[in-house]
Amino acid sequence: MPIQCQRCKAAPATVHLTDIAQGEKYERHLCADCAEEEGVVMKTQQAPLNEIVTKFIMHKAAAQELADLTCPQCGLTFVEFRGSGLLGCPNDYVAFQRALDPLIERSHGGTLQHVGKVPNRAGNQVQSKISLIRLRRELQQAITEEDYELAARLRDQIKELETP
Amino acid sequence: MNTANWLSGDSIRWLNAGGPLQEVVLSSRVRLARNLAGFPFLSRADEGQRRQIYRQMYERLTQLPIGADLAFVDINETPYLDRQLLVERHLISRQHAEGEGTRGVALSREETIALMINEEDHLRIQVMGCGLCLEELWQQIDQIDNQLHSVVDFAFNDQYGYLTACPTNVGTGIRVSVMLHLPALKLVGELEKVSRAAKDMHLAVRGLHGEGTEAIGDFYQVSNQITLGKSETEIISEFCSVMVPKIVEYEKLAREVLMRERPAAIEDKIWRAFGLLENARTISTEESLYLLSHLRMGIHLGRVANIPLNTINDLFIQTQPAHLQKLSGMIMDGEARSVARAELIRRRLNNNNN
Repeated sequence: MPIQCQRCKAAPATVHLTDIAQGEKYERHLCADCAEEEGVVMKTQQAPLNEIVTKFIMHKAAAQELADLTCPQCGLTFVEFRGSGLLGCPNDYVAFQRALDPLIERSHGGTLQHVGKVPNRAGNQVQSKISLIRLRRELQQAITEEDYELAARLRDQIKELETP
Repeated sequence: MNTANWLSGDSIRWLNAGGPLQEVVLSSRVRLARNLAGFPFLSRADEGQRRQIYRQMYERLTQLPIGADLAFVDINETPYLDRQLLVERHLISRQHAEGEGTRGVALSREETIALMINEEDHLRIQVMGCGLCLEELWQQIDQIDNQLHSVVDFAFNDQYGYLTACPTNVGTGIRVSVMLHLPALKLVGELEKVSRAAKDMHLAVRGLHGEGTEAIGDFYQVSNQITLGKSETEIISEFCSVMVPKIVEYEKLAREVLMRERPAAIEDKIWRAFGLLENARTISTEESLYLLSHLRMGIHLGRVANIPLNTINDLFIQTQPAHLQKLSGMIMDGEARSVARAELIRRRLNNNNN
């Protein structure tokens, strides 16, 4: 049997207060309306719960999608980057572009285009060297797994890319 | 190589040759962050790859014209005290001294060029000079960088420029900084304003040893934070023609105002510093920096005539823990260092006095 509101004596009490003043303990049992009138509690705006949940899930999903980004060259995930603040290889700038661009923009005054020095022999060489990162990782893996046939093949590929 | 013998108690070249606006600007520094294409950044590199990067850097650097002037220090094989000595001389970062794995630094004889290998990036090139001299330093570092470009491929992308381990350095990979001495602005309580103005211009204001260090003895390091979307020369000219001259002018004005309106208060600070430094029998690094700062101001205000500025500059460096221990040739605890520090200061000040 619910306790009745001590103030209006009509509605059931849903707010229960215990107060200690001058060493004496007082107990008050009020309904929601009376509690609000006495300034004991603030009535909250009815929150559209499903809207909040949807927003939360959507946000989570978008974040999850970015978090799942993985660099095919060095194997770093975006989550790992967020933890350390350090990228794993030059290719991360491409692999994480969607997630990274807003961060880069923010820390460089709103720009995303390099306008400074350009190496005089940039171009194909640099691009082809990107795959060296993955090949070297795969070589390490092959050696660990004692797949020497694969290791030999990878070593040849690496040598070919290394010679300018 | 043996850093102990090489970096004896000598003066520091980049601090002691005068230079423009040296009454406020102690030194300038420019550094470039570079990474080899074809290797992962260091957070994803295993020890074998770190060794490969180190070896490649060593081999390529020694082929270059600048290679003849460079000495390599394998930091991993260097004892703790010698590593600290390099930090105190601003030749390597604290992070580099305390890091792990194969890493090193190549230093020029005059200690104005330092190339850190396997710090946060594969390569960090830095050049240092006295006073405000960023334009000259840029010419110098650009040339070193060009030499390197002829023998290695750096990770570069048309949109993002030079690719760095931390996206805050991407683009030019450039960090320009100046070490400022601002005692008068501190005394008149205007430092907060300067610091806020600098932050509005996307500049970072830090302590003597850069990132994460406190400002002691009125010394501040100001550096750029934006490295993408502006050219190297734009970044430098903003520094040299706008920001730094403004702070220098402001500091000089504060000195004039103080000398006009509160001469006794200023002279008291200078002569108390002098008295303490000449007589102390034990003194901490922090207190000596604080007092030497006042003495330095006294020299520039023409109040202290018989002490050369270089003596003060030497003392800034030599009163630090690793230097004291290297100079005395023994390991000392904090208390013994404080005694040795006081002794060194008394000796250097009295030498000039007589």
